[in-house]
Amino acid sequence: MTSTSSAPRLTRRMVLKATAAAGGGLILSLSFPQLKAARAAESGADFAPNAFVRINPDGMVTFTIPQVEMGQGIYTALSMILAEELDAPFEHVKAVAAPPNDKLYGNPLLGFQVTGGSTSVRAFWKPMRIAGATARAMLVQAAATKWSVDPASCRTENGEVLHDVSAQKAPYGDIVQAAAALTPPQDPPLKPSSDFKVIGKSLKRLDTPDKVNGKAIYGIDARPAGVKIATLASCPVFGGKVAHVNDEQAKTMPGVRQVIVLDDLVAVVGDHMWAAKKGLNALDITWDEGPNASVSTADILNGLMSASEKAGAVAKSTGDAAKAQGGETKLEASYHVPFLAHAPMEPMNCTVHVRPDACEIWVGNQVITRAQGIAAKVTGLPLENVTVHNHLIGGGFGRRLEVDYIAKAVRIAQKVDGPVKVIWTREEDIQQALYRPFYFDRFQASLSGGKLAAWSHKIAGSSVLARWAPPAFKNGLDADAVDGAIDFPYETPNLHVEYVHAEPPAVPTCFWRSVGPGHNIFVIESFVDELAHAAGQDPVAFRRAHLEKEPRLLACLNLAAEKAGWGGALPARVGRGVACQSVFGSYVAAIVEAEVDDEGEIAIRLVTAAVDCGTAVNPDSVEAQIQGGLVFGLTAALYNEITIAKGRVQQSNFNNYRMMRINETPAIDVHLLRNGESPGGIGEPGTSIAGPALANALFAATGVRLRSLPVDRKQLAPRKAA
Amino acid sequence: MEAAVSSTIKVNGVDRTVEVESDTPLLWVLRDVLGMTGTKFGCGIAQCGACTVQIDGEPVRSCLLPVGSIGDRTITTIEGIGAMEAGRKIQKAWLDLEVVQCGYCQSGQIMSASALLARTPEPTDSDIDAAMAGNICRCGTYVRIRAGIKQAARSA
Repeated sequence: MTSTSSAPRLTRRMVLKATAAAGGGLILSLSFPQLKAARAAESGADFAPNAFVRINPDGMVTFTIPQVEMGQGIYTALSMILAEELDAPFEHVKAVAAPPNDKLYGNPLLGFQVTGGSTSVRAFWKPMRIAGATARAMLVQAAATKWSVDPASCRTENGEVLHDVSAQKAPYGDIVQAAAALTPPQDPPLKPSSDFKVIGKSLKRLDTPDKVNGKAIYGIDARPAGVKIATLASCPVFGGKVAHVNDEQAKTMPGVRQVIVLDDLVAVVGDHMWAAKKGLNALDITWDEGPNASVSTADILNGLMSASEKAGAVAKSTGDAAKAQGGETKLEASYHVPFLAHAPMEPMNCTVHVRPDACEIWVGNQVITRAQGIAAKVTGLPLENVTVHNHLIGGGFGRRLEVDYIAKAVRIAQKVDGPVKVIWTREEDIQQALYRPFYFDRFQASLSGGKLAAWSHKIAGSSVLARWAPPAFKNGLDADAVDGAIDFPYETPNLHVEYVHAEPPAVPTCFWRSVGPGHNIFVIESFVDELAHAAGQDPVAFRRAHLEKEPRLLACLNLAAEKAGWGGALPARVGRGVACQSVFGSYVAAIVEAEVDDEGEIAIRLVTAAVDCGTAVNPDSVEAQIQGGLVFGLTAALYNEITIAKGRVQQSNFNNYRMMRINETPAIDVHLLRNGESPGGIGEPGTSIAGPALANALFAATGVRLRSLPVDRKQLAPRKAA
Repeated sequence: MEAAVSSTIKVNGVDRTVEVESDTPLLWVLRDVLGMTGTKFGCGIAQCGACTVQIDGEPVRSCLLPVGSIGDRTITTIEGIGAMEAGRKIQKAWLDLEVVQCGYCQSGQIMSASALLARTPEPTDSDIDAAMAGNICRCGTYVRIRAGIKQAARSA
């Protein structure tokens, strides 16, 4: 995944097709010709059953929503966009989760059905507007024909077509049948943003009510009739196998139904989770630890340091990179960031019922066509015999862009008669995950006359794309790993960015909320801060001087500085730090104010963020995503690293993989810069900006430059006089 | 080894009889035996608070509470908290302020927050810190949780 910083461009026009629904009603189907797979769908055979938008004779609009809801508010945002152009009351729009189908529900920015990379609003902004406007135009045409008037003399409002001159009006429901017989118009006019009545309002989210009364059903809550509960232990050493299992005791325990031993894991099936867990604990398992039994974090760091000495794939080069080694003032630094687990509050789980001729799955997943595909592959069943019930997601953060937990559950379910819900313990969730890559970065830069004369950045680390979307990994270059680095916002005549592909032994890597920029913005904004300091300039002033050609980002910086009281006096060992970024199609500047005590313990006093994401479809959701994204990023910066010893993850649960808590959370002020630009992504920018703003604040408070995360408190404690 | 025994517990005002070993945590009795899935599993070691229920009005982590230890004390879960004044106020404030994101931790947050509000009608920031620090929210909704509790405290 990349943050695909630019707005979506539909290279060829989207195809819309109207059909009459059984029982009356209008179905509008959308497809995107630039998606290779979509072309097959245009022929029509499987077009109607999986419609995007259906307007019923009762006026209700059913919107089959391709994106999954994991707390980001996407059901609400996309429904708002549709309601806006359709001029339907927002309350009449009902969002329904789409089944797996890349042809019909592919994400136009990423090419298949995926929710990630802060792309959902960006990808569906234009298609949903066109869909709404098309349906509206057809309804107007149907009403005008009925009344024998000029369609141009009609207007729409609140789910009705009105003809003011003749004082006639028709609710949409009354004319959908006639509208369904029409050909969708080409290029229906879209509303100017000045006419928006829904977009830009902070509407209540559709998914919230059932989340405060216990009724919301997540994957882990699925309870097909007769379901048994299983929990599992995979080999604690990456890549290891089961050597031997003694299950004598476990099998006699009350509630334990079955012990399943597979190549690389052991599972216990019980009447409930407690029985399964006690049964698992009672097993005596001998593991064949395999080739990774001695891998450690130190080996991985050393490997990446060596790799970073090599020449990499050039991601971007303008001017003369060698100038980074000259100039009046030359700076060099290296940074590294650790493996990170996602630790969503809902642990990995998947419920599966394998029958001889079919497989049924209940799960929460960000890539449900892959969920379906992996089940088909494991069972050998045809794709169409695999049914996926996708549920609300209790935290995705990239972890549910993977289907490993579905594959394991299906393998277990193949041995079980009837449905089985496989629930990972939190320990398994932390220790058997895929992780945000460990990266090692080298910088060289030079200053001339207080300005950045040259900037050279080399990134070494795992390529998630090479595994997750191989065609996107080209010529040794991972577009995600350099995302945020190649679009360096500060003006400089000489810019060079390189990437060295270096996979760590044993440890599997995957996307983690804020993806490539999550690491790049930390290292870049930290090193920019070093340059400001070396130039003897205020960090905000230094950035301002290099952002003249980036007016939107500059405006964010100025607003954040003003709101945070940048430059105002602070007590000893309290500092403010700033960071700026232009990734995910949005612009953000953030300022953290933090205090460090004599033990190096940190109290974050205030976070101020200024955000320009263009059109904020639901401003309250945008604010919430920034608030939460900041906490996610601050948590990682303050506490999180996954370390490896003897091939095993050393962290296991929230006691040693800590989360920020309410008593540690500062006031967070989010300021939106409002404009009519196309929407930018908002799920991840808060996360990538948090770490560097914090680290720069800690430098301001203590004079200690932190070149790795998480924060090393020992370095921040004042050195005692000898 | 403990044999399955019959336990009767009072959940949201209703007596429920379950046949499980007496060391079975209430969490799994609620979820897997009674089918009350509003109470969530998060960590299993009382670190995250996702499984919080109220026992006689006190917030308790149900993932470590053996069902056999409850006796005749009253259990309130997220499915029943709206029937109580503090719970109703907290739920309304959560909706009014759009506190929730993924929502998975929010059952536990609401159970802790309504227990706080019931015994401390005008909680200070430090009261909120003390009562809510045991509930992790990975989506980072803490700023709104704090505001939600204060709004609920002000509401009629």
